[in-house]
Amino acid sequence: MSKYQVNEKGYYGTFGGAYIPEMLYPNVEELKEQYLTIINEPKFKEEFNQLLKDYVGRPSPLYHAKRLSEKYGANIFLKREDLNHTGAHKINNTIGQILLAERLGKKRIIAETGAGQHGVATATVCALKGLECVVYMGAIDIERQAPNVARMKMMGATVVPATSGSKTLKDATNEALRDWINNPVDTHYIIGSVVGPHPYPDMVARFQSIISEETKKQLVGKIGKENPDYVLACVGGGSNAAGMFYHYLDEENVKLIAVEAAGHGVDSGESAATTILGKEGVLHGSRSILMQTEDGQVIEPYSISAGLDYPGIGPQHAWLFKSGRALYGNATDAEAMEAGLLLTKLEGIIPAIESAHALAYLEKMDLKNSDSVVVCLSGRGDKDLANYMTYFGF
Amino acid sequence: MKSNTLPKGKKLLSIYFTAGYPSLDSTISIAKTLEESGADFLEIGFPYSDPVADGPVIQESSQVALQNGMNLHLLFEQLKDLRQSVSIPVYLMGYFNPVMQYGVENFCKSCQECGITGTIIPDLPMYEYEEIYKPIFEKYEISNIFLVTPQTSADRIKKIDNLSTSFIYLLSSNATTGKNLQVGNESESYFRRIQEMELDNPTIIGFGISSKSTFDKATAYSDGAIIGSAFVKLLAEENYLQKIPQFISSIKEK
Repeated sequence: MSKYQVNEKGYYGTFGGAYIPEMLYPNVEELKEQYLTIINEPKFKEEFNQLLKDYVGRPSPLYHAKRLSEKYGANIFLKREDLNHTGAHKINNTIGQILLAERLGKKRIIAETGAGQHGVATATVCALKGLECVVYMGAIDIERQAPNVARMKMMGATVVPATSGSKTLKDATNEALRDWINNPVDTHYIIGSVVGPHPYPDMVARFQSIISEETKKQLVGKIGKENPDYVLACVGGGSNAAGMFYHYLDEENVKLIAVEAAGHGVDSGESAATTILGKEGVLHGSRSILMQTEDGQVIEPYSISAGLDYPGIGPQHAWLFKSGRALYGNATDAEAMEAGLLLTKLEGIIPAIESAHALAYLEKMDLKNSDSVVVCLSGRGDKDLANYMTYFGF
Repeated sequence: MKSNTLPKGKKLLSIYFTAGYPSLDSTISIAKTLEESGADFLEIGFPYSDPVADGPVIQESSQVALQNGMNLHLLFEQLKDLRQSVSIPVYLMGYFNPVMQYGVENFCKSCQECGITGTIIPDLPMYEYEEIYKPIFEKYEISNIFLVTPQTSADRIKKIDNLSTSFIYLLSSNATTGKNLQVGNESESYFRRIQEMELDNPTIIGFGISSKSTFDKATAYSDGAIIGSAFVKLLAEENYLQKIPQFISSIKEK
């Protein structure tokens, strides 16, 4: 067993666990007892892979970005999760979890969403399987992300505004947990990131690990080997990074770089750079690194990218950070926006602002011509057009 | 260890309220008035920004308390002289993260210094409590209370009974706080099932208890019941202190 993967007690080093009230214990315990058995069944794997191929459009291409490579003087490859159905990596996880929910006999699906990408990916698989879908979304995010709210509704989902606390992603997560407490028997909660009580972080990482599984095979055809020198991904809760890192964790010669959102700057008071600004704490069922006050109250983070403004990171990331296996860098709003525009101009690809944070870090690296770099392009920028337009005045 | 165990068969009434709500310094006066009015024991909530087990009323009170500036340091400062005015058992209830930041040992020590009987920390799992924190709670003679729901297995309930040193908190249903208790066939058979287990610890029913009728239904099967949201609602009213005796006597004769 890898020292970077979850242990039999549900921990990554000192992080993880299942800090949940007794009301959630039977549900989480049921998942814990069954998830590995179910996802390793041949029939499950067959259906999962079939849907990833025919419905999501996998394998996603590994694209050699020539002009971007010239600019940075290295061989840069983009793992094109932006080309997935629904426009981001989120669907890999929701396909896996809906198949799991079906096998657990659940009739009703709940989810939380920030910008709406995970909500859309969940509503999509619920439409696919004909299951009832309720998505909790911060009241403020509902106003900011009207097109995604419409998408979810078109697919038959009920979108419930979270009006408690700061009315954003963390509160939507609280509301989803409360729903699950009140509906313990027939409901499955599809968490969208590698957060939450054990086994969620591990389960979501496994469903996302398809990203690095494919990358390894694809790199052989491009550079003659499975391992690049660097692997980069952005981190909010950290699901695309968890999937992008998964099969490289034990390849210690591959440098892993996670890029957090620095917002207006790490010291500006408006940031989401959790590894720098946070300390150990417990939120949403796991022990991790958390942005919080001295008294342990959770601080609302800030980033221009709605998908990265989560006050914590998944427990595996906390462990990769603490153990030094991965480097946690960051990029500001401005750096990410410029990197997004740069990719658009050089390669004709408009990235999600989340993914643009990973691209922005290329600027800060000391790259050699011989270096090969894989950047996870976790999502496409269509949803961010309004932001790009406002920022650059197009 | 001193005995923190509550008496059995007394139909005890416990009241929950959030520290720092409605105003920052209301904690002690509410506790004192509750004891004088006939409450048998108290739960004082310390607020957290993300109370996932709570419904809207207690969420709101927590948010107001935080805005008022309540935190654990201040609460223990306020509770320093608790035992000069309040003699019934007092439990602190809240989520684990503020406790973790205060330091679990510091927290237990402060509880002991203030004469706190025990703690209810819904998101501190039994496994972590047993593995890591139990010796600390025991050192300071603080009873940690565990929750039981209709879905909790008999084996787990027995384990909880073994770990408990004061009472077992029976949830009336699998729900967040503030929903109304409906005693139907299902909850009746759940309450009976627990009753027939003849547990060592007294059982106190909470969540959804709001009135004399729900209190009477719950205590028909248990050693007491806890009122939270319904009391916190009263605290939003004007002259709430004067209304407390009437609230308590409407539920339970002295």
